[in-house]
Amino acid sequence: MSTQTDNPAADRRLGEDLLVVNELQKHFPIRRGLLQRRVGAVQAVDGLTFSVRRGETLSLVGESGCGKTTTGRLLTRLIEPTGGTIELDGQDISHLTPARMRPLRRDIQMIFQDPYSSLNPRHTVGTIVGAPFRLQNVETEHGVKRAVQDLLELVGLNPEHYNRYPHEFSGGQRQRIGIARTLALRPKVIVADEPVSALDVSIQAQVVNLLEDLQNEFDLTYVMIAHDLSVVRHVSDRVAVMYLGKIMEIADRTALYERPMHPYTVALLSAVPIPDTARRGNRERIRLQGDVPSPINPPTGCRFHTRCWKAQEVCKATEPPLISLAPGHQAACHFPENKDELTVDPTGAATADPA
Amino acid sequence: MTAPPEVTGSAAEADPEAALKGVSAKAIQGRSLGQIAWLRLKRDKVAIAGAIVIVLLVLFAVAGLLADRVFGWVHPNEFHQDLIDTQNGTLAPIGFFGGMGPDHPLGIEPVNGRDLLARIFSGAWISLLIALLATVVSVAIGTTLGVIAGFFGGWVDTLISRAMDIFLAFPLLVFAMALVGVLPDSVFGLSPEMVRIGMLIFIIGFFNWPYIGRIVRGQTLSLREREFVDAARSLGARGPYILFRELLPNLVAPILVYATLLVPTNILFESALSFLGVGINAPTATWGGMLSEASRFYTMPHFALWPGLAIFITVLAFNLFGDGLRDALDPRAR
Ligand SMILES: Nc1ncnc2c1ncn2[C@@H]1O[C@H](COP(=O)(O)OP(=O)(O)O)[C@@H](O)[C@H]1O
Ligand code: SF4
Ligand SMILES: [Mg+2]
Repeated sequence: MSTQTDNPAADRRLGEDLLVVNELQKHFPIRRGLLQRRVGAVQAVDGLTFSVRRGETLSLVGESGCGKTTTGRLLTRLIEPTGGTIELDGQDISHLTPARMRPLRRDIQMIFQDPYSSLNPRHTVGTIVGAPFRLQNVETEHGVKRAVQDLLELVGLNPEHYNRYPHEFSGGQRQRIGIARTLALRPKVIVADEPVSALDVSIQAQVVNLLEDLQNEFDLTYVMIAHDLSVVRHVSDRVAVMYLGKIMEIADRTALYERPMHPYTVALLSAVPIPDTARRGNRERIRLQGDVPSPINPPTGCRFHTRCWKAQEVCKATEPPLISLAPGHQAACHFPENKDELTVDPTGAATADPA
Repeated sequence: MTAPPEVTGSAAEADPEAALKGVSAKAIQGRSLGQIAWLRLKRDKVAIAGAIVIVLLVLFAVAGLLADRVFGWVHPNEFHQDLIDTQNGTLAPIGFFGGMGPDHPLGIEPVNGRDLLARIFSGAWISLLIALLATVVSVAIGTTLGVIAGFFGGWVDTLISRAMDIFLAFPLLVFAMALVGVLPDSVFGLSPEMVRIGMLIFIIGFFNWPYIGRIVRGQTLSLREREFVDAARSLGARGPYILFRELLPNLVAPILVYATLLVPTNILFESALSFLGVGINAPTATWGGMLSEASRFYTMPHFALWPGLAIFITVLAFNLFGDGLRDALDPRAR
């Protein structure tokens, strides 16, 4: 869902990196006992490197518990990274103090996963959607109430419902209220943490469409989090597949869905219903064995080796680096799939096979 | 959980996504959870009966205080030894069930013959005052420390949680008896009676705070993890905003319910202390003190019956009201 605008300045800037993440890490310490001694760490996010271009939608996909929400909370600086850096529009925000971060919060906002938990049950919609203006001391032309009502209209809610409480709304409507709140400050980037996974299937498409419309209207950049590949297929420009705190594969949408290279992506895709019946025959269904290992003691070498059907000795011993196997297509695997059309040169750069 | 019809009446809930458009132009006023709780509570006959009894009890206590101390209309300490049977050595009141009659509707005490109704009437305020103020003390300390522990976590939480454990393990009755022993008759120019009342409020209130402290801590811990707190943070909210604007409004309901249920516990506590002789000094009448004296006259059940009944009704009324309040405020009934 690339943005088309009539504004040449915006067009020029489109495509440049807005959010740059380098070796990002978050380890949650595990403390035990009376003295709260540190006995280990949950390696929720363990070395993410990616960037998000202005105006695009980058999707982060992975099974539950692989660190997607933690990544979102790092990007919005709700939590501080253990290692690595986050650059937002050229500024390193990785370790900014709350006071220094406060004005920058206007630029990056988050849509939360659970619409029942993300709205304070004791506040009216007006208070909830008006909070950004008050907290950031933003002047509104016709007052906060009017601004809130405009936002409600924008997300398809009745502006007269200003005085209502969250419990009077359905899940889909609540998620719209949450979206209105994130839009209030006109952010550049929105991190949407599984924005529809808590909603009825019948309503999911409406909310996804709303997000798409808003992106076009306001030149938004999205980091879209999802736990399966089918939900984000139509909205993504690029997709990153995560497993146990690491990126396994990142590529343009078409490349990832048509020519997945990482066995994990292949497995995830084989669980996705294929709309095209002609192709259904030649894709075997791969069922992932066992559970996701614990992020407290992740497997050595390739983190996926305990469940991978292609695993060899080298997978247990050496961790495969995330390298470019085709232009704009990176994967972390010793034995990538779909590489027959490619020659991998030892420097890590990949080129299409001339034959 | 069936929601009351007034609540489900809102179009938005009945038909979620379709109700977005075409709603009449007049301003729509939402119902807060508090208003909904009130609607539910109003329909709970038992809870309302409890509330009415509580109001009557408070009026009764205030009237008793005024009648005794201000106007001197009742004489709780007046002896009626002419009505005591001195012949067979039991010193029981003469007449039906402890000497009930027009002059003494609930009968009189054995031995001295003081009027039971006058004593119950004039002593009500002490029992209620101690129970209510002790509850206020517990709620104030418990809420403050519970919120701090839950909100800040880490070593602050560990410290406060251990303090709660220590307080709960404390031999309270022994402490109360020791304190009574060393307490001067008069401090800060207060009468001995007021000193005793203050001490009971302090003991009961101060040692009960961990119960509410634990509840508030747990609630704060779980609220802190809710996404609306993250949402406020991601907008740049500071600590006090999150504490006072986001968390506290959600804590009011459980605190209110617990406070209501703590009052009867404290009434029983005060009775127990009086029973053990560390309550209010004689001759001032309190319900617990009367029960304590009555225990020495188990052959004369009328003596224990009336103060016992007063305590029973009060405890029951607060419990019924508290239960109704909890049901009405139940967060699961969205
Ligand atoms: N605050 C925290 N403290 C400790 N562990 C956490 C915390 N938040 C998340 N985790 C752990 O980090 C891992 C990743 O969690 P999360 O980012 O929520 O995954 P996802 O959103 O992909 O389901 C999980 O194992 C989770 O238990
Ligand atoms: S590196 Fe080995 S274990 Fe890991 S995904 Fe590739 S083949 Fe499987
Ligand atoms: Mg998550």
